[in-house]
Amino acid sequence: MSTVEKAGAGVGTYVDKRLGSNRFLSRSLSKVFPDHWSFMLGEIALYSFIVILLTGTYLTLFFKPSMVEVVYQGSYVPLKGIEMSEAYASSLDISFDVRGGLLLRQMHHWAALIFVAAVSVHLLRIFFTGAFRKPREFNWIIGVVLLTLALGAGFSGYSLPDDLLSGTGLQIARGIVQAIPIIGTWGAFLLFGGQFPGDDFISRIYSVHILLIPGLILALVTVHLMMVWVQKHTQFPGPGRTNNNVVGYPLMPVYMAKAGGFFFIVFGIIALLGGLVSINPIWIFGPYTPDQVSAGSQPDWYIGWLDGMLRTMPNWETAVGGITISWNVFIPAVVLPGIIFTAMALYPFLEAWVTGDKREHHLLDRPRNAPVRTAIGVMSLTFYMLLWIGGANDVIATTFDLSINSITWFLRVALFVVPPLAFVFAKRVCLGLQRKDRDKLLHGYESGRILRLPHGEFVEVHQPLDVKERAIIESRLATDHAPLPMPASVDAYGVANKNYRAKRLQAKLSRVWYGDQVPAPTLAEIEEGQHHAAHGALAEAPLHAHADALENVPFHGGVLHNPGEEKTNQQQLDDRGGHL
Amino acid sequence: MTDVNTHEQSDHGSAGGRLPVADVPHKPRRTDVDPKAARRAERQVAAMFTLSVLFVILFVVAYVAIPKDANVYIPVLGLVGAMNLALGVTMGAAVFLIGAGAIQWAKKLMPDVEVVQERHEMQSAPADTAATVDQYERGKEESGFAGYKIIRRSLLGALALFPIPLIVLLRDLWIQPSDTPNPQAELETTLWRKGSRIVVDGTYTPVKATDLPVGGLISAVPADLEETQAEQGNQNARGKAAILVVRMQPDEIRSQQGENWDYQGILAYSKICTHVGCPISLYEHRTHHLLCPCHQSTFDLADSGNVIFGPAARRMPQLPIGVDDEGYLVALADFAEPVGPSFWERG
Repeated sequence: MSTVEKAGAGVGTYVDKRLGSNRFLSRSLSKVFPDHWSFMLGEIALYSFIVILLTGTYLTLFFKPSMVEVVYQGSYVPLKGIEMSEAYASSLDISFDVRGGLLLRQMHHWAALIFVAAVSVHLLRIFFTGAFRKPREFNWIIGVVLLTLALGAGFSGYSLPDDLLSGTGLQIARGIVQAIPIIGTWGAFLLFGGQFPGDDFISRIYSVHILLIPGLILALVTVHLMMVWVQKHTQFPGPGRTNNNVVGYPLMPVYMAKAGGFFFIVFGIIALLGGLVSINPIWIFGPYTPDQVSAGSQPDWYIGWLDGMLRTMPNWETAVGGITISWNVFIPAVVLPGIIFTAMALYPFLEAWVTGDKREHHLLDRPRNAPVRTAIGVMSLTFYMLLWIGGANDVIATTFDLSINSITWFLRVALFVVPPLAFVFAKRVCLGLQRKDRDKLLHGYESGRILRLPHGEFVEVHQPLDVKERAIIESRLATDHAPLPMPASVDAYGVANKNYRAKRLQAKLSRVWYGDQVPAPTLAEIEEGQHHAAHGALAEAPLHAHADALENVPFHGGVLHNPGEEKTNQQQLDDRGGHL
Repeated sequence: MTDVNTHEQSDHGSAGGRLPVADVPHKPRRTDVDPKAARRAERQVAAMFTLSVLFVILFVVAYVAIPKDANVYIPVLGLVGAMNLALGVTMGAAVFLIGAGAIQWAKKLMPDVEVVQERHEMQSAPADTAATVDQYERGKEESGFAGYKIIRRSLLGALALFPIPLIVLLRDLWIQPSDTPNPQAELETTLWRKGSRIVVDGTYTPVKATDLPVGGLISAVPADLEETQAEQGNQNARGKAAILVVRMQPDEIRSQQGENWDYQGILAYSKICTHVGCPISLYEHRTHHLLCPCHQSTFDLADSGNVIFGPAARRMPQLPIGVDDEGYLVALADFAEPVGPSFWERG
């Protein structure tokens, strides 16, 4: 034991005597975490959030959240002598006069973009693999709340530098608040401390941006991770992996090194981006003034879909009896996002109700094995992407020389027509893949080699699946579930079933859910099929032995490769004791 | 549940739960069988950590040595700030290399055999649930929560109302001026009134009708805006009073919002979009169309500023204008309707 280790052990004992920490560590250090590239998406979100906290803390040291008008005297010549808010002036100082300030600002912005992107893609991964199913519904809801908080954090931060673009974003936000029936006008006046732009808003949104939202995110991320810890991570199907175990690497040392190392990778990439790729060059836009705007102004990517809805909505407004309801703003900016996020949060419960599945699920679904869910996801993604087109309709119109009006009309129709088509398409693709899986299980995979048997018959050699692929495909057998039975309207004693209508709807939806599933083969069928395939491969074996004996092919990659070695594969293999 | 103990065993037993997965063929890595390869991996990891240290030193050197305003030409990136580039690259490399080293270490030198750990059902054992229920019942019993109906109801009432002060305290987020009865009073008026001179935004110079050619366009504000803005210390007045002044042939004007609201083909419209309030400045003088750059609402200025496309529902408010004794353009009155986005009380 080295001196350092002795000291460490001393500290460990000291702490343990007071907190009993070894009880926790003894279990935790050996905790197993499964490995898959898609599990890194949540890690990217967590690590970019840490970078945001770090860089953000530095920025607060230099930024002045004040709308007091000052005359800029910093070192950026084109804006010298111009009146602007102190917020914008200090943002310019950070960019030009604080050494490394621009790097911090750009890292903060890049990390924020990556954070929202990672949260979004992580959510898609969870959705398409069914990781939100029992027992992880709470964590899904926390995830949806975290996504909305991430959008709020992004938008509030975008608004702080008080440049022309950010102010325009705020003006739109104010227009949206004013469109809320009954309370909108008062709400806008309270939020902004009076008329637009007023002189309070930057300092108010500053406290929201640096205290309220990050505090909530931090708290929820902690709960999110604690739940992952307690419930243990889900895993993809594979050999030896069941619903009752978790297969992977222990926390100490492999996972610690990989996950810890990955933090530095994410941090490093964000720093490189901050140094190499310019983002939000606020000095180009100039200070905010409510009567100017630049053409082609685009929000950050994650606000694009909301902007798209705002742009696509027809211009409906009702003015009756002394009141005005702006449907053209209220529906796309408040009602629809509200419905979308609520539906997202409730999705695990809706799906569980439709499937009637009350089991715990720790083994992830392959998207093809839940065709309706996958189709719902693809449909929603299609809707989202169409809205992106809407949010960039001016850029698309100028780039491709199209009419903005035709793009907008196209979207007004496409938003209702294309997503359902995407649903049907995705579902058919899933079912096709299920059929392919079934064939592979029953007949092995097609090797593409034709064999002539002694009696003259030609066959294609099918080879049995390897252990891994077979385990993955077979995983469906364990999770398949029958559709719910149709309820009876009266029970055996002739008493009416009070929930008949709801139960009937549930059963019908359940049939839609499972209806077209390609039936999975039974274990006996699989065994026979794989045996058959092995037989075919066996028939071919002598040919292989013959070919191997004659050929001199150097190994590629493996440890066996000795350049210039005049030995057959078989000989090389034998030298190494018969295994690669 | 009886099997809790066996789970504990396999979970945290002496082997630390480290049993390799059954029936998975394990392919040894090159570093597992070839000591040379293992030593090479060791050197790679150490080199990455050492390089990281070097980049930290370079970072400090760059911070001290590079002048703040130095620019440098980099292919692809173009002309960029030397300081930002150097700091970003050195810091990024220093941090990235720590991560790359750790991952290389884990992938090449740490065990790559996956191990198994058992899960247990999330639900608590029935005994725990029963004990919880017992304790709740006992607490209910001892406190008399069920029995003292009056206490229970008055407590619930008190708890329901105690957040009210916290909500009331938010009222003065808007410090309401004593002469302003409600928000809409502020939204319905602007700085424009009878006789306000129309001045060019930025230079604040008054405009003669003869100065503006047909097809011309200026962004304008009332003459007293500069003073008001300095007095109020914010841009509220500007946010409502900004206008666009355009001139077209008088016979091109198909309609406007009142008799004689133009002056010899000169028309003044609010600049603030009636959709969500973006300032509009994209004007096509041949068609007289005004396009909002934010959400592409399009207005026809020759036809009362009516909406011809896009999400905006209302026409652009028009400012009635004329000229004063010296021939300068002036407003004849304030806008007849509130400018900017709609609101509930707008009517």
